[in-house]
Amino acid sequence: MRLNIYSVMVDDQAKALRFYTEVLGFQKKHDIPMGEHSWITVVSAEDPGGTELGLEPDAHPAAKVFKAAMVEDGIPFTSFAVDDIAAEHKRLESLGVRFTQPPVDYGTVTTAVFDDTCGNLIQIAQEKSA
Amino acid sequence: MDDLYRAFAVPTRRAILDELVERDGQSLFELCGRLVMKHGIGSSRQAISQHLEVLESAGLVVVKREGRYKFHWFRGEPLQAITERWPAAPQKRK
Repeated sequence: MRLNIYSVMVDDQAKALRFYTEVLGFQKKHDIPMGEHSWITVVSAEDPGGTELGLEPDAHPAAKVFKAAMVEDGIPFTSFAVDDIAAEHKRLESLGVRFTQPPVDYGTVTTAVFDDTCGNLIQIAQEKSA
Repeated sequence: MDDLYRAFAVPTRRAILDELVERDGQSLFELCGRLVMKHGIGSSRQAISQHLEVLESAGLVVVKREGRYKFHWFRGEPLQAITERWPAAPQKRK
C-alpha cells in the first residue's frame, strides 16, 4: 500500500484549480469531467510524478460546517513542505494571499498558515536540516 | 480586580499572555502551537479556550472576528488598576 493521492475539499473547483496552479505553483495532472463535478488533481512542479493533491468539491453539507469551524480556530487542513518559508511567505503575500499566521520559528521547524480562498487554511512548513 | 488576579494565578495563562505580547492577534491554532512548542504546555485546544475565556473576562484578552477568522489580542489596560493602587514608579509614592 502506498500514498498516491490526498484531497482538499474546495468550494469551487475551477477557482481552486486556478489558485493551486497559478498562485501556489502546482501543475495540473488530471481534470476529468464527472457529471456535476470533475476529478481534478495537481502535483508539485518539483515532483510531477509524486503524490497528487485532489481538489474535491465540498458539496456535502457537513463539509462546509467542518471547514468553517476549522477556519475560525485557525486550524490548517493540511501542510505542504517548502525550502524557504520566508521567501514563500513574501511571494504569496505579494500575490494577495491572506496569512492567518506569519512564519513562526519553533526551532526544528518554521510554519505559516494561509487561506486557500476555497474555504481552507493550509500550512507551509520548512524543516531545519540537521 | 479579583478577576485580574485569578487570571494571572495560572502559569498557562501567563504563557498565553507572553505569546500574545510577542505577536498580537493570534488564532487559537497558533497559540496552541506556541504553547506546546515553546512552553511544553500540551493542553487540549478546549482547555486553552477555557483559559482564554478567563483572560477575556478579566479584560486582558480581546477576541476579534475578521471575516471567517477569530483572533486573540492582548489588552494591558486592566493592569493600570494595579499600578494606580500600588504605584510602580518610586517618585509617585508619597
